[in-house]
Amino acid sequence: MRKILIVFLLLASPAFAVQPDEILPDPVLESRARDISQGLRCLVCRNENIDDSHADLARDLRLLVRERLVAGDSDVQTVDYIVARYGEYVLLDPTTRGANMLLWWAGPLTLLIGGAAAFAYLRRRKSAPEAPSEALSAEEAAKLAEILKR
Amino acid sequence: MIVELGHFALVLAFAVAIVQAVVPLIGAHYRWSSWMAVGGPAATLQFALISLSFAALTYAFVVSDFSLRLVVMNSHTAKPMLYKVSGVWGNHEGSLLLWVLILALFGACAAWFGGNLPPTLRARVLSVQALIGVAFLAFLLFTSNPFLRLAVPPMNGDDLNPLLQDPGLAFHPPFLYLGYVGLSMAFSFAVAALIEGRVDAAWARWVRPWTLAAWIFLTIGIALGSWWAYYELGWGGFWFWDPVENASFMPWLIAAALLHSAIVVEKRESLKSWTILLAILAFGFSLIGTFIVRSGVITSVHAFANDPARGVFILMILGVFMGGALLLFALRAHTMEAKGIFGMVSRESALVANNLLLAVSAFVVFIGTIWPLIAELLWDRKLSVGAPFFNAAFTPFMIGLAILLPLGAILPWKRASVARGMAPLWPALILSVALGALVFALQTGRSAVGPVGVMLGLWVVLGAMIDLYTRTGRGGISARLDRLARLPRADWGKFTAHSGLGITVFAVAAMHAWAFEDIRVVQIGETYPLQNYEVTLVSVNEVQGPNYTSEMAEMLLTKNGEKVATLYPEKRIYPVQAMPTTEAAIDGGFTRDVYLVIGDPQAGGGFAVRGYVKPFAGWIWGGSIIMALGGFLSLTDRRYRIAAGARRAATPVPAE
Repeated sequence: MRKILIVFLLLASPAFAVQPDEILPDPVLESRARDISQGLRCLVCRNENIDDSHADLARDLRLLVRERLVAGDSDVQTVDYIVARYGEYVLLDPTTRGANMLLWWAGPLTLLIGGAAAFAYLRRRKSAPEAPSEALSAEEAAKLAEILKR
Repeated sequence: MIVELGHFALVLAFAVAIVQAVVPLIGAHYRWSSWMAVGGPAATLQFALISLSFAALTYAFVVSDFSLRLVVMNSHTAKPMLYKVSGVWGNHEGSLLLWVLILALFGACAAWFGGNLPPTLRARVLSVQALIGVAFLAFLLFTSNPFLRLAVPPMNGDDLNPLLQDPGLAFHPPFLYLGYVGLSMAFSFAVAALIEGRVDAAWARWVRPWTLAAWIFLTIGIALGSWWAYYELGWGGFWFWDPVENASFMPWLIAAALLHSAIVVEKRESLKSWTILLAILAFGFSLIGTFIVRSGVITSVHAFANDPARGVFILMILGVFMGGALLLFALRAHTMEAKGIFGMVSRESALVANNLLLAVSAFVVFIGTIWPLIAELLWDRKLSVGAPFFNAAFTPFMIGLAILLPLGAILPWKRASVARGMAPLWPALILSVALGALVFALQTGRSAVGPVGVMLGLWVVLGAMIDLYTRTGRGGISARLDRLARLPRADWGKFTAHSGLGITVFAVAAMHAWAFEDIRVVQIGETYPLQNYEVTLVSVNEVQGPNYTSEMAEMLLTKNGEKVATLYPEKRIYPVQAMPTTEAAIDGGFTRDVYLVIGDPQAGGGFAVRGYVKPFAGWIWGGSIIMALGGFLSLTDRRYRIAAGARRAATPVPAE
């Protein structure tokens, strides 16, 4: 509990994330800066991006992002600049490099495999021999009557 | 004295749970009815003892008994009574006691309302439920005892984390735990059925209400938590894909899949082994959630105290229960033979598709949540997986689900045709696409998220309406409307829950696409425009609260000069914990929230102020509550109320 409180204290000193004095006069650059900062992790916080974070370090990073953008860097260059200094950990949007391909493909692959299994199952159910049926429930009988009426 | 009684009752409950776990199980195996009969009274006794223990801890918090370590660490005499009580579960030990209490409550419910179950199944269910109880009571008593005393009690306590001193969060954990722990019932029924070697429609009819109840509570709990984050954290975000949020979201997704697949078991006696597997996994994800929140292995904003010993203990519980249940599943699943036959296009297939999408999306959330751990263990890479990943990897599944939902829901059982299913739905599809296109045309240059959300939301809601109306059969409109009112509650529940989903889908998309933000320095007395509104900072005053001091701003919200509301955003400081919190002021409206936050005074005079206009914000939680309401309607369906009585007459104890 103590540890958390300390972390909270660290991140709680200024009242909120992006301060008015940080905002760039050029709205296009500013909106690019906001987009970039939403993908960067505040390193001293538990799990926040620098755009939402109150921590001083997050403010420094926000200023750094804006500095690079004003200097004419592209979005990719800016992010690379930060990653080069703070490591991959700073990226909230994981790269597709190396083993991370597994992470990105996990969903589609599972869907494919699961879909194939489900398809096989459905085909079997379609042609399965009629199991010994029990008497129809009232509900099923009603449904049957409805179907026959069509 | 009372505290010692509570402690003693907890130890006693542990002993009772052991008896309840062992005796009925043996009894069920040898068909000894007297041994099986132990389960019921034991479950009641265990619940009574844990209630006593919980009451004792609550008492200690209410009277601020600072000889108790837990009270010192989480309470303070100046704290309002509501938060003294909610402080009981605002910490690791107390919340675990609540966890165990709810677990025992569900066990006792199975004992009280399970009289119509076959006695062996009932005995086994109670026994498995007690086994979970034993594990968690041991965890509580040996690693996280809430009843530890201090030799020298301090004069006052450390207070509760101010972020938790909020009505939304006071009730968030109990609901969440009712959901988490409620899934233990589905698990107990699944394991009991595997031991029994028999799954039939009656079993599904039993499991579904419990799953439904757990899912309803989970829905409410998650909605409360997200609503709290929205108004309390000060920037109007409502979902952060934080590990702890994911921990509650994964069981929710699996439970949603489970309550759909249980329908297939109940009505068509198919998908049995899959349903059993889902029941095991749903509770498995609850346990994983518990592990994530309490072990500190994965960093998160709102984790509890982290202690490696506790993490290992939960991991052991997880290993034993999941390993045991899955082994049992591997050995016995083949005995669950399916009966129903159905075509490629049918309600059954649609529900299989629903299950596939929900299960895979839960898996995506799972792998994203634990990926940092895996990457560090296997490749020594320190990396993060955050919102951008989940938004990209998870959303497509929800889109697929929303597209399929109306058609799947309207298809008849057994054999259907897409053309006939779509026939009544075409107007809904055309209308939704048209409106989506119109919105897209109106908001040139912005993201496509908004229009897609409009389209999907409308499609799902209209689809649910049409589905409900087609249930009334044929004939004149007045006759059909008449029949509409008399449709089974399950049909109304389905309509309501699906509409709620459509509303939430739309609202989430709207929030992502059209939220308006403004950050600036404002002088006192200054008026500035905020989208279509004007905001005036009237004054900033010091206010004294019960256990905090506050800087409260008075801000006037006007539209074209006419007053809309006066808002009082605050910045509070809780001196005991030396921690500031922002209290946003929100003017909630039907189509938008205006959200104001006051910040620090600036060097050049004035205050930093954040203003947001959040379109359809309330619809996110409104939709969730409607979803939960749909679940509740379905829960009160006639078949759950009378079917129970009907089976009482039948002779139980099937030959194995």
